[in-house]
Amino acid sequence: MTDTMKPLIALSGVSKRYGGVRALSNVDFACGHGSIHAVLGENGAGKSTLIKIISGVVQPDEGRITLENRDVTFPTPQAANAAGVVCIFQELSLMPELSVSDNISITAPPRRLGLIDRRAQRRRAEELLARVGCEDINPLMLVKHLPLSRRQMVEIAKALGRSPKLLILDEATSALTAADVERVYGILHGLRAGGLSMLYISHRMHEIEELADTCSVFRNGQHIDTFPKGARSDEQIVQMMIGRELHNVYPPKPVRNAPPPVALEARGIGWEGRLSDISFRIGQGEVVGLGGLDGQGQRELLLALFGVLRGVAGEVAVNGQKTHITSPAQAKRAAGVGIALIPEDRKTEGLMLPMGVGDNISMAALPSMTRHFVVDRDIEDKKIAEMVAKLKIKFGKLSDPVATLSGGNQQKVVIAKWLLTGARVILLNDPTRGIDVGTKQEIYQLLRDLADAGTAILFYSTDYDELIGCCDRVLILYGGRIARELTGPDITEANIIASSLNLSFPASSGAHA
Amino acid sequence: MKDLRLRLSQSTGLLLALGLFVVLYTIYSSLHPKGWTVDVFVQNSNESFALIMVSMAQTVPVLTGGIDLSVGPMMTLVNCLASNLVSGSPFEIVTGILVCLAAGALAGFVNGCIVVYGRIQPIIVTLATGAVFLGISLFLRPTPGGKIDDNLSWVTTNAMAEMDTTYGWFPDGAPGWFAHGIGRLPVPILLLIAIAVFVWLPFKNTVTGRGCYAIGSAEGAAYMSGLNIARSKLAAYTVGGLFAAFGGLYLAIQTGSGNADIPQSGGYTLQSIAAVVIGGTSLFGGSGGAIGSLIGALVLRSISFCFRVFDTDGPMGFLANPLLQPIFEGVILLLAVSIGAARVFRVKNRLSLFT
Repeated sequence: MTDTMKPLIALSGVSKRYGGVRALSNVDFACGHGSIHAVLGENGAGKSTLIKIISGVVQPDEGRITLENRDVTFPTPQAANAAGVVCIFQELSLMPELSVSDNISITAPPRRLGLIDRRAQRRRAEELLARVGCEDINPLMLVKHLPLSRRQMVEIAKALGRSPKLLILDEATSALTAADVERVYGILHGLRAGGLSMLYISHRMHEIEELADTCSVFRNGQHIDTFPKGARSDEQIVQMMIGRELHNVYPPKPVRNAPPPVALEARGIGWEGRLSDISFRIGQGEVVGLGGLDGQGQRELLLALFGVLRGVAGEVAVNGQKTHITSPAQAKRAAGVGIALIPEDRKTEGLMLPMGVGDNISMAALPSMTRHFVVDRDIEDKKIAEMVAKLKIKFGKLSDPVATLSGGNQQKVVIAKWLLTGARVILLNDPTRGIDVGTKQEIYQLLRDLADAGTAILFYSTDYDELIGCCDRVLILYGGRIARELTGPDITEANIIASSLNLSFPASSGAHA
Repeated sequence: MKDLRLRLSQSTGLLLALGLFVVLYTIYSSLHPKGWTVDVFVQNSNESFALIMVSMAQTVPVLTGGIDLSVGPMMTLVNCLASNLVSGSPFEIVTGILVCLAAGALAGFVNGCIVVYGRIQPIIVTLATGAVFLGISLFLRPTPGGKIDDNLSWVTTNAMAEMDTTYGWFPDGAPGWFAHGIGRLPVPILLLIAIAVFVWLPFKNTVTGRGCYAIGSAEGAAYMSGLNIARSKLAAYTVGGLFAAFGGLYLAIQTGSGNADIPQSGGYTLQSIAAVVIGGTSLFGGSGGAIGSLIGALVLRSISFCFRVFDTDGPMGFLANPLLQPIFEGVILLLAVSIGAARVFRVKNRLSLFT
């Protein structure tokens, strides 16, 4: 930020802690008048926290915020809105059961005699929709009946309706079609010309090149650098985004001369426009990583393989045998070997929190412990004890609710549950999120041991370190497609980040693109 | 035209209920020897009024994604209160009515406060407060009885013409527009319309009322949009209490007495939930409305009306057995709900079935 430009909004010394995790530490940041300011950083760099603080969703632990040179605090999103800070969030803030015009005017509808004036409200919606070039949307439609890309345009119209001074766009184009993106560029340029300031969060480098005047890079909750567009090369920006040391916590990878026999093969997997034409193979004993930015279809791919999604295109073969899996219960028995999914959110999809540790561990494998329609407690206890010993799960009593365990031990319980089923294909969705380093290390070792015993592992992680340290190969997804497959020495942070952003450099072995 | 079609397609639940009501009520009226007469309308609307009010009361919390198991008890509470207050001089009567309505709204407000500030699930809050309201009702009216002003009872439960004969509106004889027009309209129906138009529709069109829909649709998004969540929820339960009070007051006026009838109170609560669902309001909240519940309650009542007129020798003879009534009500409820649940077939991510 140059001295001649007075910032519209400035943060000084802002910190935010969530439990033991520092999401932002001592950040100084400023955004000027009438400019588009891009904020860059990898997953967990602190961008979301920054936005949440500016828009009043969370409160900073320390530090000051000034808006137009006046100290401000935003205890609620309303307060921020009232001051002219309006945010378009990544998760849409529309009410699906309400009509488009209701949504656009949700907080401050035009009123007559104290009551909402529906006609005026509708005219207002029409005007705002016209401003974002969406005259084709009928304001009476319910939002839930609109496709995602249209909803995002409604979201933008809604934000404009609040006459913002600072508009924050958090991944606002992630669901847009190409035509809409062009339109949004036009709108944003027009708004900038009208003096509006914008904070723009995006993972798409070319968007930033097209739109931004200024860029700021965040990493590990710290503000690394701010520079005018074009002052740094893409390579330099990526380097700024990484800047971490690689820890030697990973078990050694085996050296292979020939590809192992295929355990899981997917051909042309597609689903609802969120996944398209995904084909890959995982060999027995291979650990294959799934990488890329959040929300590029990784979660959907795992759910599709596990039979949770309806209407999935393409074929899946397990051990060379074509399978048609339509539920987790079937996945558990697929082709006689079984598929397991360690889900993303262990608290809602992984565990029955109020139930005991033992009950949770045996839950998925109960059918194999049944004799004469009754669960055989002796077999069950023996198998639970095996798993507890194998995974070194720490707890008081087996009957303690699993909710009382630490995050790491909870995750071990989820893994134990699926190991008991004897699955030979294991899908993991970010299994080390929010657990301590020691347990992470144990999980890495466990994955490698399982692989060495012939299990095929597909492992989605938002942590690039893990992908590099654990995986024999990494598939990078972008926009629901495999953007790139990285193998062996090509699995580097620079390659992963570049492919996650769908950039083709550095081309140390570009043939894989 | 296109807009009209859009609006209609967005209220299929309500239209379905309306169709069902028209069919059932036509069956009833054509089998009834005095069908389609003012007397029958008056009688039917009297019998439906309290249930309609309680169903409308239930609707508002349900729209926010909550539920109110105390609507029946609130009705009973106000019923017992009215049997103590609504008699005497005109001033006393009017004051009594206002106190009754305020008491219902207060009861609802208490529910809202516990739900919002205690952060306890509405189902258990209102189960508990419902029991408390019934307890208070028993203290107010240990045995059935009490007094309601006779004239008030008479005019409120008859056609408008009785207003004239009771209060002498037209000493020189009623003019034609009254005697043959307004005079033939049942008072309870006019009251219903008045409550719908002057209480429900304005509420629905305030920011607070709109907030109730928003909360039921996506509470997180509503919060992020800067809506006052607490105020909308408090208002939802308070307006619910007010509607229940209308029901209780009317029940007192209609019977001329108060009765802390606990089974009746429970029955009204359960029927109110059925009426809400039949009327097209989603139990998850966010869509529907009190007008739908009004019609839902009429559907439930029409079913019981029909069972009075089926003739064992007639074409519906096999239905003449009144013991079939609960089965019939249950089946209608199931059908209405199944149509609403058809969305499940369009869900593409099976995980979203559980959230």
